[in-house]
Amino acid sequence: MNLDLRIPMGMMFTLVGLILTVYGLATRGSDIYLKSMGINANLDWGIVLLIFGSMMFLLGRAGQKRAASAPPKPVAEGEIRRGH
Amino acid sequence: MLLYFVFVLGIGFALKRYMKTSKDFFQAGRALPAWICGLAFISANLGAQEVIGMGASGAKYGIATSHFYWIGAIPAMIFVGIFMMPFYYGSKARSVPEFLRLRFDEKTRALNACSFAVMTVFSSGISMYAMARLIQTLHVFDYLFISAGLPLGYIFHFSILLSAIIVLGYIFLGGLTSAIYNEVLQFFLIIAGFLPLVLIGLKNVGGWSGLKAHMPNPSYLHSWQGMEHANTNPLGVEVFGLAMGLGFVLSFGYWCTDFLVIQTAMATDTQENARRVPLIAAIPKMFFPFLVILPGLLAIGAVTPHNTTTVHTDASGAIVRETTVVSEIEAKGQGLVPAKADPISGKIVLDASGKPLLDYDLAIPSMLLHYFPTGILGLGLTALLASFMSGMAGNVTAFNTVWTYDLYQSYIHKGASDRHYLAMGRWATVGGILLSMATAYAATGFNNIMDTLQLVFSFVNAPLFATFLLGMFWKRATGNGAFIGLISGTVAAVLHHGMTLPIEAHPGLHGGWITVVHHYPSDMAQNFWTAIWAFSTNFLVTIVVSLFGKPKPESELVGLVHSLTPKPELGHLPWWRRPETLAIVLLVMVVTLNVIFR
Repeated sequence: MNLDLRIPMGMMFTLVGLILTVYGLATRGSDIYLKSMGINANLDWGIVLLIFGSMMFLLGRAGQKRAASAPPKPVAEGEIRRGH
Repeated sequence: MLLYFVFVLGIGFALKRYMKTSKDFFQAGRALPAWICGLAFISANLGAQEVIGMGASGAKYGIATSHFYWIGAIPAMIFVGIFMMPFYYGSKARSVPEFLRLRFDEKTRALNACSFAVMTVFSSGISMYAMARLIQTLHVFDYLFISAGLPLGYIFHFSILLSAIIVLGYIFLGGLTSAIYNEVLQFFLIIAGFLPLVLIGLKNVGGWSGLKAHMPNPSYLHSWQGMEHANTNPLGVEVFGLAMGLGFVLSFGYWCTDFLVIQTAMATDTQENARRVPLIAAIPKMFFPFLVILPGLLAIGAVTPHNTTTVHTDASGAIVRETTVVSEIEAKGQGLVPAKADPISGKIVLDASGKPLLDYDLAIPSMLLHYFPTGILGLGLTALLASFMSGMAGNVTAFNTVWTYDLYQSYIHKGASDRHYLAMGRWATVGGILLSMATAYAATGFNNIMDTLQLVFSFVNAPLFATFLLGMFWKRATGNGAFIGLISGTVAAVLHHGMTLPIEAHPGLHGGWITVVHHYPSDMAQNFWTAIWAFSTNFLVTIVVSLFGKPKPESELVGLVHSLTPKPELGHLPWWRRPETLAIVLLVMVVTLNVIFR
């Protein structure tokens, strides 16, 4: 399969993380955080997701580069599927 | 939330290019990495019943709910990885019913394929219905509808249509690969949405020790306390019923024979990876109780909302009184679990002693609404919706594969071109989704339809594992034996259900509709024992009938039966990379967890 899932997944979480972080920064000290015991849940979790997302993305990119530089050897059909 | 939908469909489009043969579509080309399939393996099961249901049971029974994981799922997943996967993967069967044809005969497969196809469609319909109801209850789209000037009554239809279009979109385009990718995406999304909920909730009650102090009953935090006898623990089950019914028959039956989860393992590139899939899946599965059961406990342990008035002086010096009014449903509940309201009259439902019944299914949703501020709330709700959709998607891909390979190709239209079957698979997806929608609407008309369907599924599923066990490990088992055994197992389940009744239930849907011979302390106990009866009947009948029949010649059973299949060659792998090593590590971990939370 040519599409590495880590790339779109990393992109999605990076974006979600960014949105949450920006929103969290913009609403610092706002009343909406009374709900979550005064924790700025948007900011904190946004940063966590941002880190997670970008790590996934970079890992995916690295994996794809490695795959591109070392193309898999063609193996006869049947052999490849049995796994031994 | 919109972002999520865009990505989900985007993956479908990106994968469309690769879908050239029916093998690509139905089996993901058998080329996916093990970790992706492993996460999809549990995510396919992480549907509505799992997230909402486990949270509900957590609130209702306490940490004993974790038996579903630590006694049920994990050992079964280890078993399927170590012992059963070589036969599924190695036999070149493309689906679980097809394995039954190779091992037994055509009629056993037809029976299994038909009942399975019907069940997947109904379960995805039930998911759809539950999701639409939840969206209505939580008022997710209310704002959108009011600003667009549409009547709120359309929300239900809108939710059903929306989920149908999204799931249809990505499966139609990308087949099983797309479903698996999206299941993994949903898996991470669910963690991203629920983990902060658990953290904030725990902080609110004051950590683990605070949670302990807030429990209605100290045994809530112990999974094994009082298990010696059915009357001394919240589940109402004794050790034997638990270990045999849940731990052996039900869990092994589900994780080892349900094509819904097996299909993800069969999408990997090699047999070792296929065996690793359930084992990899078991690692996060082990810690899922903290994600789905703990919120239920936290909901029960939290402070019940009641009307409050706060007085403070504002900037100009005037005294301001603010009153927060909570609805009657919330105030009559316990913790954050609201009382159950009658859907028609809106009145609170009371039990026999006049206390309000609790609507445990709302434990997790009301936690989300209570603790999450705007912003992350959107993420939490998306995670909830994602869990519904991942359950639906798994059912739909399992349906289109079984329909196309096991019913259409075998009985309706043989020997057509691969292109034809690929097109058929796509249209089966559309058909499956339409049927699911029909089920969802049927569920709105008949209140009991969901319970009834789930009951019927349990009759059909309970005996299945005996057939596979005998098929894989006993070479004498015959096709006639398997077929008659399966049917009599189901009959035994029906009879057992008809003749027993949980205490505090009226004869009818809960059992006892023939005559009441025995009372169980809880419906869970009844459920476990129904499974035990069905399994044993199937096991014995299959053996007896097989002994009278003529077994298949051994040459036809190579790769299908344990004693006639060469051991998987693992010599080239270092010991720490073998599936067996991973299995032992997992066993140690699960025993440790059981000891910690005994």
